Amino acid sequence: MRAVGLILAGGNSYKMRELTRKRAVAAMPMAGSYRAIDFTLSNMSNSHIQKVAVLTQYNARSLNEHLNSSKWWDFGRKHGGLFVFTPTITADNGNWYRGTADAIYQNLEFLRKCHEPYVVIASGDAVYKMDYNKILEYHIAKKADITVGYKELDSHTEASRFGTIKMNESMRIEEFEEKPMVANSSVVSTGIYVIRRRLLIDLIEHCAEEDRHDFVTDILIRYKNLKKIFGYKIKDYWSNISAVDAYYQTNMDFLKPEVRNYFFKELPAIYSKVSDLPPAKYNPGAVVKNSIIASGSIINGTVENSILFKKTFVGNNCVIKNSIILNDVYLGDNTYVENCIVESRDTIRANTRHVGENGVKVVVEKNERYAL
Amino acid sequence: MRKKEMIAMLLAGGQGSRLGVLTAKVAKPAVAFGGKYRIIDFPLSNCINSGIDTVGVLTQYQPLRLNTHIGIGIPWDLDRNFGGVSILPPYEKSGSSEWYTGTANAIYQNLDYMETFNPDYVLILSGDHIYKMDYEVMLDYHKENHADVTIAAMPVPMEEASRFGIVVAEEDGKISEFQEKPEQPKSNLASMGIYIFSWQVLKDALIALREVHGCDFGKHIIPYCHGRGSRLFAYEYNGYWKDVGTLGSYWEANMELIDIIPEFNLYEEFWKIYTNSGTLPPQYISANSVIEKSIISNGCEAYGEVHNCVVGAGVTIGQDAVVRDSIIMQDVKIGDGCVIDKAIIAENSEIGKGCTIGIGKEIPNKLKPSVYSFGLVTIGENSKIPDGVQIGKNTAISGVTEKYDYPNGILESGETLIKAGERL
Repeated sequence: MRAVGLILAGGNSYKMRELTRKRAVAAMPMAGSYRAIDFTLSNMSNSHIQKVAVLTQYNARSLNEHLNSSKWWDFGRKHGGLFVFTPTITADNGNWYRGTADAIYQNLEFLRKCHEPYVVIASGDAVYKMDYNKILEYHIAKKADITVGYKELDSHTEASRFGTIKMNESMRIEEFEEKPMVANSSVVSTGIYVIRRRLLIDLIEHCAEEDRHDFVTDILIRYKNLKKIFGYKIKDYWSNISAVDAYYQTNMDFLKPEVRNYFFKELPAIYSKVSDLPPAKYNPGAVVKNSIIASGSIINGTVENSILFKKTFVGNNCVIKNSIILNDVYLGDNTYVENCIVESRDTIRANTRHVGENGVKVVVEKNERYAL
Repeated sequence: MRKKEMIAMLLAGGQGSRLGVLTAKVAKPAVAFGGKYRIIDFPLSNCINSGIDTVGVLTQYQPLRLNTHIGIGIPWDLDRNFGGVSILPPYEKSGSSEWYTGTANAIYQNLDYMETFNPDYVLILSGDHIYKMDYEVMLDYHKENHADVTIAAMPVPMEEASRFGIVVAEEDGKISEFQEKPEQPKSNLASMGIYIFSWQVLKDALIALREVHGCDFGKHIIPYCHGRGSRLFAYEYNGYWKDVGTLGSYWEANMELIDIIPEFNLYEEFWKIYTNSGTLPPQYISANSVIEKSIISNGCEAYGEVHNCVVGAGVTIGQDAVVRDSIIMQDVKIGDGCVIDKAIIAENSEIGKGCTIGIGKEIPNKLKPSVYSFGLVTIGENSKIPDGVQIGKNTAISGVTEKYDYPNGILESGETLIKAGERL
């Protein structure tokens, strides 16, 4: 592949509520056995992009832990590989990443030293499969300066979380609004961009000179009449998870056979860090219906329409409905959980009840856990 | 000179013919166990958990699966700059070239490999037992006793002792006598086939007995060392240890994993068992399925009923299928409406719709009564069973079978159906 990958995984989102206390959005557990960033990383690997930089900033410990070895995504190569860049203090910079463009600017040396003619920029908080070769071919065919992957959402209401775009008949982007209060288009940017490496360096340098820091407002929107910016339609499944409801819904989508087949059975596969857990164990008393169960779990109670991440322990007579239980949660006997997201490593005391009344409830409980 | 205090040599070349069709294409150590594991994972994980980072794996019989499974040892953290895991097949030499003729002969042929690490001690393991053991504790025992050879041994019921190599030890553990499958056992301490040798003792014995055809540890090396007056000690082990050499014991050991708190617990944080499983998605249990008292691995899709089973990765269990008391290995597809009792179905097999497997009377298998017994149905890897057939007990099936292979749609108890040829 003639491109280098840049994954912008620095972000936090207040829309994730308590869930980002512990981690960056890109490190959110997804679909039972994965982390959000696995999807983009696997796409890069499967597209034969051999050099990938992940830019992180917010609460990156969990993410760094996940990326501690690049071998799971097959990036453990002599040439290229996986790079993780956090902000550093240098002789001429003492700032955090002040925005996406600034994050790239602070690592411009990396881009300058690359030899690949193109750059694929993506975010770490979306669930999708994509061959970036296709968007690159499109980019070249269109003689575009920048190509933006877009998705048509089902409704306008959710679109205000994103940048909305409008294109002319030749797919050139004419309007671009970042997180509009009222969205007048349901076509949103997915944060997937293709750009020539030299051009990216020039634009980023210009930005920095003018003390501008954001890739969307200061480059895409500002240059949209000057540069040829085209849209590339993403036809298959694509979902951004950086709001609690979207996160919940994206996980629940995996209960649908077509989504599960698309991600779990069809090639190319999504890779993740291997965690050496034994198979899930169903003891007498376990009743499991329409649920996804990850390895290392031990189930003694009832689980319905839910997703149990790795190493969940479900006690006797528990009932879990329409919920997401993140990694390594212990649910004591007789607990009732409905319509909740239970934060990872929680210990839920026996005989307790957690119900999300108006929408999804995020349960964060840190109780003492007694060794099994 | 760089050195390793102790290296391990893992004997993984055996066929394990008593596992019947399960080992037709793979060596016994590569046979699946406990859902996502293979038998060799247990000694390999024991090695790394005991701090042994240099392991030679001796292969001979059908090594492909074993080789791909072990690779460069990443899952066990055995990819090292110095040491790590090495696969050691027999090789051509300028003088005599031969296969590994016996356990000790295999080790003898790899003297050069061991020499590279300049070890003080060599641990000899076999790749066909299920257990967790800290070899470092055994080494400490070896050192304390200033032993030349330490043999791990476990108490077995006296009436079964004549099936094993028996060590007769004094109070302090010093071995006074060694009996190979004795009719009149003098003790019930059975050798587990795990030895620690002081390097020089092993080297001398191997060289001295190099002309012995089929040179074996139990039959030749240990008696030779004993005869020369070496200090042999028995290291008594009382934990879980299971020989899975027969289909019956293999099935039983798997079934023990599904007890509420199994004696052999895979869920302990400490002493993890590692395996090469790649990344696999979680499993999906449908709205109509019933899963009870089972362990189920990643990537499975269950639409039917599963009771008392050990299910490997990527298995699909069809609608209204009922599977009981069975071992289902990786990527098996079980058709809708099947009823399966007490079966072992090896990797990648496909069971057609509406099959009934494991019914009828228990009649001894006509071909190999000692192998296919225990009332089990054993189906080899990459087999195919057509829709709607009935299969009796103590049966074995391998290969792509068609409707006409089953007279009246039935394979009676005690029959064997092995189709030659490759699956297209």
